[in-house]
Amino acid sequence: MAGGGVILSGAFSELQALAEILMAPVVTTFKGKGSFPENHPLAMGPIGMHGHAEANKMILEADCILAVGARFSDRSVGRYDEFGRGMNIIHMDVDPAEIGKNKSVDVAVVGDVKSSLRTLVKMLSKVSVRRDQNTPWLKRREELIDHYAETIKDYPRDLTARKALKKLREILPADSIVTTEVGQCQMWASLHFDVITPGTFFSSTGLGTMGFGFPASIGAKAARSEVHVVDIAGDASFNMTENSLAVSVLDQLPVIVFLMNNYMLGMVAQWQRTFYNRRYMGVHQHSCPDYAKIAQAYGAQGIKAQSLSELELAVRAALKSEIATVIDITIDPEEDVYPFVVPGTGLKDMITGS
Amino acid sequence: MPKTASPMNSVVEKVNGWHILSAMLENKPGVLFRVTNLFRARNFNIESITVGLTEQPDLSRMTITLISDERTLDQLVKQLRKLIDVVEVKVLDAEKTVYRELALIKMKAEDPTTRMEITNFASIFRANILDIGKETITVELTGTPDKIDAFKNLVDHFGIAQLARTGVSALQRGRGQ
Repeated sequence: MAGGGVILSGAFSELQALAEILMAPVVTTFKGKGSFPENHPLAMGPIGMHGHAEANKMILEADCILAVGARFSDRSVGRYDEFGRGMNIIHMDVDPAEIGKNKSVDVAVVGDVKSSLRTLVKMLSKVSVRRDQNTPWLKRREELIDHYAETIKDYPRDLTARKALKKLREILPADSIVTTEVGQCQMWASLHFDVITPGTFFSSTGLGTMGFGFPASIGAKAARSEVHVVDIAGDASFNMTENSLAVSVLDQLPVIVFLMNNYMLGMVAQWQRTFYNRRYMGVHQHSCPDYAKIAQAYGAQGIKAQSLSELELAVRAALKSEIATVIDITIDPEEDVYPFVVPGTGLKDMITGS
Repeated sequence: MPKTASPMNSVVEKVNGWHILSAMLENKPGVLFRVTNLFRARNFNIESITVGLTEQPDLSRMTITLISDERTLDQLVKQLRKLIDVVEVKVLDAEKTVYRELALIKMKAEDPTTRMEITNFASIFRANILDIGKETITVELTGTPDKIDAFKNLVDHFGIAQLARTGVSALQRGRGQ
């Protein structure tokens, strides 16, 4: 289980080396997304409230977890009294105060996780470890992925968040940097956009600050002008810092805003739909404003995409563009994020929406 | 552990999980806020805090007492150590520590018999009488928290008008730092 500490410490290759020696499946926390290549045969993706179903299921079946630079937040592990029952937990963290803060653990290793992992890899390389490609765990991983691919259905539309993000992944070079806004768009990014190059995913995780993604993408572009930078956005979050378009245009930092637009404060609406019997309050944005025109008003490029083929054309145009591009992608306002571990319940109570 | 001739059985020092912490802090504005803000943010329930100057002009000593389990205590120490202004934190072993608290207690005492009784109790507890008015007597009492509790319980029926306790100050015995 890899957390944000792996990213902060830059322990990507050490983590991968360890996973490959042990042939152990790797889940991440949401903060740890992008600490391990998500197209790797051992990758399970993020666990948690909107984690990958197979990752949530598998971590509960584990008999021993090595948690690296993770803090066991309730968003990741659900109920503390349920999580970790009957399993051993080894916790590596640089901050001694993290040990036992949220979850008491069996073994604690305090130190920079990069050097801790490196030491562990060295020690394990000396003992003979069988690198079996057909371990029961890997078979179980395949089983779970197949099972949930069937049970968790995509929302029945031609253009959905899942399809849009899979398409983006297809087109975007692996070394591109991705930032996210906060809300449904963020959780969809976590679920449906695989980070391939470690350390290229940036999201406001702890505080969940709406409006973070767009300025963050501009900052990333300023630091790494040679790679493409995409902000995976939602309409409500983009509203918070949309005026950064001026910075992007004036300082010639051409980023791409991949705006999945359901004209809703989508996550709030999903909770009102799920827990309050559709008694909506303050969540509708009623086709206001027109984001393509907003972009144009700043001198940026604005493109509307209402189908998967329009989306593909827009992304390809944006990748070639020398100015920032806002791609306004129409998403159905009723499309929910699943799976969903309802607050106060455990990972085992995850609902799949189908 | 120092004991007083207390008739009480709810002696605070005997409560399971009663701890004394001693912390050295940078003596500058805003430090106290950072420490107390940490208690608030992490929901630590503190019994008492005292802060004052030390032998080093740039450092102040904070003495904290609290009732907690080992895990909470461990977290409190670790979290305090993360603050840049906290130079050192120690959990003091009550058996190897001298600790005292000061209390000012103002009691209702209108008739001569009551006054006599209070004066007697005060002398048994080695408390100083600071003020006698027409209706009240104020005494100053120094001791361990349970001694103060014992005195308070003894004079409770006279009617305590006001009471102020400083909280515990503590130092390790001998050469302990």
